[in-house]
Amino acid sequence: MPKTLFDKVWERHIVVPETEAHPATFYIDLHLIHEVTSPQAFTVLRERGLKVRRPDRTLATIDHSTPTKVNPDGSRPYVTAQAETQVETLLANAAEHGIETHGWESDNRGIVHVMGPELGATQPGMTIVCGDSHTSTHGAFGAIAFGIGTTQVGHVLANQSILMRKPKTMAINVNGQLAEGVTPKDVILAIIAKIGIGGGTGYALEYRGNVFEEMSMDGRMTVCNMSIEAGARCGMIAPDETTFSYLKDRKFTPENYDAACADWASLATDEGSVFDKEVHIAAEDIRPMVTYGTHPGMGMAIDAVIPAAVDATDESALDYMQLKAGAKIAGTPVDKVFIGSCTNSRMEDLRAAASIFKGRKVASNVTAIVVPGSVLVKARAEDEGLDKVFIAAGAEWREAGCSMCLGMNGDIGAPGDLVVSTSNRNFMGRQGPGVRTVLASPETAAASAIAGVITDPRKMESAA
Amino acid sequence: MTFAPLTTVTSRTLVLPLENIDTDQIMPAKFLSMTTKAGLGEHVFANLRYDAKGNLTDHELNSEDGKACEILVAGHNFGCGSSREHAPWGLTDYGFRVVISSEIADIFRGNSLKNGLLPIVIDKRAHQWLLDNPGADVTVDLDSCEVRLPRNGGTYKFDVDAFSRHCLMEGVDEMGYLQNQDDAIAAYEIER
Ligand code: SF4
Repeated sequence: MPKTLFDKVWERHIVVPETEAHPATFYIDLHLIHEVTSPQAFTVLRERGLKVRRPDRTLATIDHSTPTKVNPDGSRPYVTAQAETQVETLLANAAEHGIETHGWESDNRGIVHVMGPELGATQPGMTIVCGDSHTSTHGAFGAIAFGIGTTQVGHVLANQSILMRKPKTMAINVNGQLAEGVTPKDVILAIIAKIGIGGGTGYALEYRGNVFEEMSMDGRMTVCNMSIEAGARCGMIAPDETTFSYLKDRKFTPENYDAACADWASLATDEGSVFDKEVHIAAEDIRPMVTYGTHPGMGMAIDAVIPAAVDATDESALDYMQLKAGAKIAGTPVDKVFIGSCTNSRMEDLRAAASIFKGRKVASNVTAIVVPGSVLVKARAEDEGLDKVFIAAGAEWREAGCSMCLGMNGDIGAPGDLVVSTSNRNFMGRQGPGVRTVLASPETAAASAIAGVITDPRKMESAA
Repeated sequence: MTFAPLTTVTSRTLVLPLENIDTDQIMPAKFLSMTTKAGLGEHVFANLRYDAKGNLTDHELNSEDGKACEILVAGHNFGCGSSREHAPWGLTDYGFRVVISSEIADIFRGNSLKNGLLPIVIDKRAHQWLLDNPGADVTVDLDSCEVRLPRNGGTYKFDVDAFSRHCLMEGVDEMGYLQNQDDAIAAYEIER
């Protein structure tokens, strides 16, 4: 019987099959941990006298609560003592249990979902978990990757397994030719706008079609990253030559690379496989997207008018955003611009933003910050001189971390600020109380920073 | 980690009719830097319960009646957003044992079941009845998987995974269950 990519990876990891009475015991190849969702799990281990079963399958970093600035004396301006305690707790727990940690001294420290792929730790056919819902990012490599809560972080630390029932499968097919200036971020925002924030609930997604086949790994990660915003715990793309060449010569690349590639190539969904659900989107229909509401499903084409509210929830979202149905979204004044997060903080994203910033100035009413996804991204960007482009334009160039994506480290906007953000969530108050978040691609964010109002980057390019 | 067994709960309902209440509204990010679980009940729905100055609002969640409610009824699509388990920890620390909506996000549902909070997705009509009758005395029976509404509200079935139901009714957790599978896990690690 033909099998989907998801089915193949799922079957390889069954320790005890599921029955009606109990879920499957499902083996986890790679467990990524960070400071926010692990301390209570280590406490449980301690309380029960348990050890970390496979420190060799666990990788730790610090990203959520870490400051993105350094004081002149070299110390780090933590937002609260609690944030510092959290970071110190992670470092101490990881050291105690012999877990490889990318802390302050590591060249690979960074947002956990940027770090895993960069190290080559994320590989096709793997099962990957992390106490963070954007773990779906790693699905870009053809892995089953999903977020878990702290209780399950404890389970994986102690047993390298979790209990889980098999989700249904959904194929998201995007075929055709993307218009000039349409980015992976626009593609995923369009998908979420179409299927809705609950549309993927209970499903594992597979992104299929020439649009994804032609996408770079950075772009695929942007797409898979936001699967969770459509309600799906994981989203995958079949591994291919693009995947294999990305994984060549990284720290954790398998020694027998050619054999690994042959195995990975066998994972793709077989011809004739049946998905529980299929969605089709024509690539030609996708335009640069922005969100206009308070969840990622409220997305619209940047050159369209703001849709009418269909219910009271929509209405209160528009109220919160101080936007009016029927008005154009382009031209809305902007206060801050954030370029970063595990959705859009990789080299390709920074290059795209820099191409717009180059030779231009950030508008006087706007503060723009650019936060690389990892120490490695930062170093590479500096090698290419991107930092100089950002700084010359008047944007801030920060240290790697999650930063303003959720503002846990204190990087937040002021009440009422409109922030054009390349992150993944525009929930009320996520970037600070009263902050209005507009999700967009790096290109759109950069163009909006320059113009001081929400701006279609395609117009910006032609004006240059 | 372990919790009191849950078989039947009869309680007044506390109704939050808002749709798409995400985990950030349940437990704002600023409380995620706590490294313990106790006391999170004070911060649950903080943005509804405290004003900008940090003073308590007159929201029902702050009233004695509210604090006695064990059943939370929420608008469509509850618990979407970040996977933070601080959300169910806060809800149970506050005193809720059951949350009812017409749709409940996957990760939140899983996290709740692991922490002694029963998430119930109920028929739209029953959901509407619950939204229209805040403070009703409702019975949730996990043995028969039924929600019984008072007066002429009716009785509605709900689905819950058999294994989670077993764990909730026994008050046992998954860690113990997995520990018991150590041999199978070791065998898998050798064979693969
Ligand atoms: S960048 Fe944002 S979404 Fe990504 S891991 Fe950090 S906080 Fe989570």
